[in-house]
Amino acid sequence: MDGPPIAARGLRRNWSGRPVLAGLDLVVEPGELVALYGANGAGKSTLLRVLGTLLRPTGGELRLFGCDVRRGTIAARQRLGWVGHDTACYPDLTGRENLEFHASLHGLARAGARVDALLAWAGLEGAARTPVRSYSRGMAQRLTLARALVHEPALLLFDEPFSGLDTEFAARLAALLAEHCERGGAAIVSAHDESRLAAIASRTVTLVAGRLREG
Amino acid sequence: MVLRTALAILAKDLRIEARTREGLASALVLGVLLVLVFSVAHDAPADRAPSLAPAVLWVTFVFTGLLGVQRSFVLEREHDALAGLLVAPVDAAALFFGKLAGNMLLLGVMQAIVLPLVAVLLHVELWAALPALLVVLLLGNLGFAALATLFAAITVRARAREVMLPVLLLPLLVPVLIGGVKATQAILVAGLAAAREPLGVIAAFDVIVTVAGVLLFEQVVRE
Amino acid sequence: MRVVDVLLPWLAGTLMLAALGLIFVVVPSEAQMGVVQRIFYVHVPCAWAAYAGFVLVAGASVAYLATGRPAADRLAVAAAEVGVLFCSLVLVTGPIWARPIWGVWWTWDPRLTMTVILWAIYAGYLLLRSFGGEEDAVARWAAVLGIVGVLVIPVIRVSVRLLHGIHPAVLTTREGSSGLADPTMRLTLAVSSAAVLALALWLVRSRVRLAALGASASRLRRELEAREGATA
Repeated sequence: MDGPPIAARGLRRNWSGRPVLAGLDLVVEPGELVALYGANGAGKSTLLRVLGTLLRPTGGELRLFGCDVRRGTIAARQRLGWVGHDTACYPDLTGRENLEFHASLHGLARAGARVDALLAWAGLEGAARTPVRSYSRGMAQRLTLARALVHEPALLLFDEPFSGLDTEFAARLAALLAEHCERGGAAIVSAHDESRLAAIASRTVTLVAGRLREG
Repeated sequence: MVLRTALAILAKDLRIEARTREGLASALVLGVLLVLVFSVAHDAPADRAPSLAPAVLWVTFVFTGLLGVQRSFVLEREHDALAGLLVAPVDAAALFFGKLAGNMLLLGVMQAIVLPLVAVLLHVELWAALPALLVVLLLGNLGFAALATLFAAITVRARAREVMLPVLLLPLLVPVLIGGVKATQAILVAGLAAAREPLGVIAAFDVIVTVAGVLLFEQVVRE
Repeated sequence: MRVVDVLLPWLAGTLMLAALGLIFVVVPSEAQMGVVQRIFYVHVPCAWAAYAGFVLVAGASVAYLATGRPAADRLAVAAAEVGVLFCSLVLVTGPIWARPIWGVWWTWDPRLTMTVILWAIYAGYLLLRSFGGEEDAVARWAAVLGIVGVLVIPVIRVSVRLLHGIHPAVLTTREGSSGLADPTMRLTLAVSSAAVLALALWLVRSRVRLAALGASASRLRRELEAREGATA
C-alpha cells in the first residue's frame, strides 16, 4: 500500500445526472502544496469530498497512497485530514471533547498532550471547556482545522480553510501548511482567490468544466 | 477495534444526550401521552386488561422508538458531523453498532417508564412476569433498533423525513409487533415457556435484520 | 426495440384470450363455492406475480449496489411499479371473492394480512423514490429497502401465522373438495398463470424502456444545452 498521495485518472462524479467532475486527472506527490481555484459552483468542494472518500466516484480511477478507493478506503482515511465548509463537530460538546472524540476515532490512545498542543495552536485553550455552539465563526474554523490535524495526517484536503480566520491565525495556518509540505506531507487547499495561499503554494490548478487546468 | 470505536460513538452520543436531554425527554413525554390516550380511548374493564395491555405497550414502544431513533441521526446532520465520522478510519459496522446500542438504551429507558404506567392505568399485574418480559423486550428492542438505525440513516437525508421513517419501517416491523404482543400475552397468562414460538420469530428477525444492517449500512451512509 | 418487444404483447394477448376462454367457458364450476370461485384463476396468478415482482426488485437492487449501473436501478423501479399493480389486483379480487362466500369483505387471516403488508412495503419503496428528494443517493437507499424487504418477508409470513385466519388452503390441502383435483382446473390455472406472467414481463419491459428513453432524452438535452452554451 504505497504510492503518491493522490493519483486520479478520468475521475467522474455526477450530481442529479449532471457531471460535476468530468474525467479529471490529478497526481499529487509528497511535498506538494496544491492551490485549487475555481468559480463558485465549479465543483471544488465536490472534488475535495471525493478525494476525502466522502463521495464515491461515479467513474474513473482514484488511488490514495496507492489504494484503489473502490477496494476500501479505511487505510487511506488514516492518512488524510479533511476540512469542509462546516465544522464536522458536535455543537453540544466542548472543543476539547470534540478533539478527544476524533482522536479516539483514529485510535490514538493517550491523546491528551496532542489535544492540548492543538488547542494551543488554535488559540482555543480558554474556550476548550465550553460547548462549540457558543464559538464564534473564527473559533469554529480553528477547531475544525484542529480536528483535521489531530492524527497528523500525511495528506491535507482543505476546502477554503482561511475563511473566517483573522490575520494572525491565517498566518499560522499558512506557516503550518508550508511546514507540513516541507516535511514531506501533501496538501490541496481550495480558495476563491487567496494571495496568502499563492505565496506558499508549489503548484496551482483551476477547476473548469469538470476538469483541472494547471496554472 | 470495531467494538472500541462503537463504544466511543456510544459514549459520545450519551454525553450529548446528557447535556441536552432532548431525545429522552421527548421520547418519555410521547410514551406517556400515548399510554394515556390509549387508556382513555379504550376504557376496558379489568378482566379484559390482559389482552389490551400488550397491544398498548408495543404500539407505544414502536411509535416512541421511531421518534427517538430519528433523533440519533439528526444530530449527525448538524454541522456535517457525519462527515467527521466518515472521513475517519471508522468501519461502517462500528458506526452502526454504536448507534444501535444508543437506540436500544433509549428504548430501554423509555420502556422502564411506560411499563409501570401501563400496569397502573390498565390494572395489569406485570411485576411477577418482569424477568420474562425483559427477555421479550430485549429481543424486540434489538430487532427494532437494528432496522430503525439502518433506515433512520436513510430518512434523515430524505425529504418528508418525519413521515418517511414510519412509512418505510412499520410494514417491516410487523414481526416485532406481532411477536412482541403475542409473547407478552402468553407470558402474562402462562409464563415464559408459552411464549417460545413468538420469541423464536423475533429472534429470527433479529438475526436477519442485524446482519443485513451491518452489511448494508456502508451503502446507506456513504454517498 | 427488440424482437421480444413485439413478441411479448402478442404472447400475453393470446394467452390472456385463451385463459379467459378457459375460465368462462370451459372449466367447470367448483363444487362448494360455485361460479364466484372462477376469480381464483386470476387472483392466485396475480399473487404470484406480486411476490415475483418483489424478488425481482431485490435482485435488481443487489445488481445496482454491486455494479452501480443505472439499468439495474431502472429495472428495480419497473419491477416495483408492476409489482404494486398486481398486489393491488390481489387485494381487489380477494374481497370480491370473499364477500359471497364468507359473508365479509375482509378478514385478518395470514394470507390476506401478508398481501397487505407486501403492498405497504411496495408503497413505501415507491414513496421513497418519489419523495425521497433529488439526490442521486435515493436509488441507493431504495435498493437497500428492496433488499431488506425481501429478507424480512419470510419472517413476516411466519409471524403473521401467529394470528388466526380462514383463508382457503386451495393448493395445499389433501381433501378433494377444495383442492384442484380436476385436470381442467389445473390447466386453466396454468394457462392463466402464463398469461399473467407474460403480461407482467411485458409491463416491466415497457417500463424499463420508458425509463431508458427518458434518461437518454435528458442526456441529449444536456448535451444540446452545453453545445448552445459553448457557441453563444
